[in-house]
Amino acid sequence: MPDSVLSTHELHKAFGALRASEGISIRLLHGEIHAIIGPNGAGKSTLIAQICGSLRPDSGRVTFLGRDVTALPTEARARMGLARTFQTSALAMDQTVMQNVLLGALGASGRPWRFLSRVARDAGLRDTAEAALLETGLQDLARLRTAELSHGQRRQLEVAVALTQAPRAFVMDEPMAGLGAEGSRHLTGFLDRLRTRAPILLVEHDMDAVFALADRITVLVYGRVIATGSVEDIRADPLVRDAYLGDGA
Amino acid sequence: MNREWLLNAALLAGLVVVPGWAVWADEPFTIMLATRAVIFALAAAGLNIALGLGGLVSLGHAVFFGIGGYAMGVLASHAQNYTPLYDGVFTIQGTKSMPVIWLAAAVTSGLAAWLIGVLSLRTSGAYFIMITLAFGQMAYFFAISWPAYGGEDGLSIYVRNGFPGLNTLDPIQFYGLCLAWLCLVLWGYARLRRSPFGLALDSARQVPDRVRAVGLDPRRLQLVALVLSGAVTGLAGALFADLNRFVSPSMLSWQMSGEIIVFVIIGGVARLFGPVAGAVFYVMMEHWLGGISDYWQIFLGLVLLAVVLFGRGGLIGMICGKGRPDA
Repeated sequence: MPDSVLSTHELHKAFGALRASEGISIRLLHGEIHAIIGPNGAGKSTLIAQICGSLRPDSGRVTFLGRDVTALPTEARARMGLARTFQTSALAMDQTVMQNVLLGALGASGRPWRFLSRVARDAGLRDTAEAALLETGLQDLARLRTAELSHGQRRQLEVAVALTQAPRAFVMDEPMAGLGAEGSRHLTGFLDRLRTRAPILLVEHDMDAVFALADRITVLVYGRVIATGSVEDIRADPLVRDAYLGDGA
Repeated sequence: MNREWLLNAALLAGLVVVPGWAVWADEPFTIMLATRAVIFALAAAGLNIALGLGGLVSLGHAVFFGIGGYAMGVLASHAQNYTPLYDGVFTIQGTKSMPVIWLAAAVTSGLAAWLIGVLSLRTSGAYFIMITLAFGQMAYFFAISWPAYGGEDGLSIYVRNGFPGLNTLDPIQFYGLCLAWLCLVLWGYARLRRSPFGLALDSARQVPDRVRAVGLDPRRLQLVALVLSGAVTGLAGALFADLNRFVSPSMLSWQMSGEIIVFVIIGGVARLFGPVAGAVFYVMMEHWLGGISDYWQIFLGLVLLAVVLFGRGGLIGMICGKGRPDA
């Protein structure tokens, strides 16, 4: 399967009697946005945690760029170019917007062991950081404290940090969470353009965004994949309508 | 040029002017007090790297302070007794040279910090505090029960150690050395705070998940911070032992760890001159209130309470307000 950038093979994870992942196999292909949807408690967060490395599966494998990364810690996967955004913003609130993106660039550079030079004067890091801010439209807010940003701006900053990481694949955990209709539409347009940069594995509750963006959709229910296919396939799938979308969809 | 910058400049000026006046007025005791304050400030500046930048509440920094003290005591006692420190495959002699002692103090306390860090950084919060405290107690009781270097009675040095080109027996010259170290470390702290490492460490304190997600290991960052922190506090310990020409297990006690934390908190956690303000204030209280009552620490307790309740940024924060992120 040469086309798959990121894939999981038969992932199993149980917490006591709760089977959070039961043989999940998914593939993220070049140039696509692959959405993972499912009701609350379907095991989406557990899946993300196993893909990104904060949780070790009981069995099964995670493959990234043709390499088995199942045993690698989060930071090693990140250095390979696995860029994630968090469901609840994981940003340093006391730092400026610029410092948050500089951190991403610093991580990608892999050279944090410099103790006396000014990080803000490092031209390489600065260029990467400024490009990411420009791309997400946050360039005018660079000197602001992150705590002063609106919720929507913080969601954009999450994406900006991911952009600094020389990403080979994005994993986005509910990037639309808490956004109003306007913000959601804005971010949808942005992610749509982003897919040419690197493929996106998108976990999202906002169905309008999912149907607008996804090339393929995987539906997760009680830790199992009940369907994978194009937007049309998923909309038409009786099992999915029954389990998740409801009759109105 | 803001208020904090001015306050820092004023503090630094005070550290030059007051001992200068003491020389002119022939008040060696004042110079001794100033030296004590500067050395405490240096120890606290070391802790400020771990506590202020790294967010690591270490209740075991007396270990590094004490190791620095014993590095001086052990090397100097072998030198004054003309006995080798180690005589086996090769020979290590004691020394009365400050630069060598400083190097030994910083390296041994840095190594101790690395060892303690490797084991304690697996935990966080209250558990981290307890583990660092436990290491502190282990070092304390080890020193008490080790007769070779004085055990409970401590270890006296007859003559203060030497520094090339200076007469260290002259109080003001020794004070100058301590102040030079303090300035150098504060300069380093200011640079560190704005460096790539400083940014990564600050992020590891605030959002460790994010740091991992961008490809860095927060625990390694904190370990390096702890080693730097321990080395600086160890250096302060060597100077403190030299000031008193005496080292004893009390330098390793948990009360000492607590005092170093108090310097930082009173002055202002993560503020550049917080350790200086805290240590100077503490030594002044110790001197003035100590002259009034043996129970002066009751008043110190009240002050600490006031600082914690009303001024979250310590003395520096009370005067200058909340710090701003600098990028």
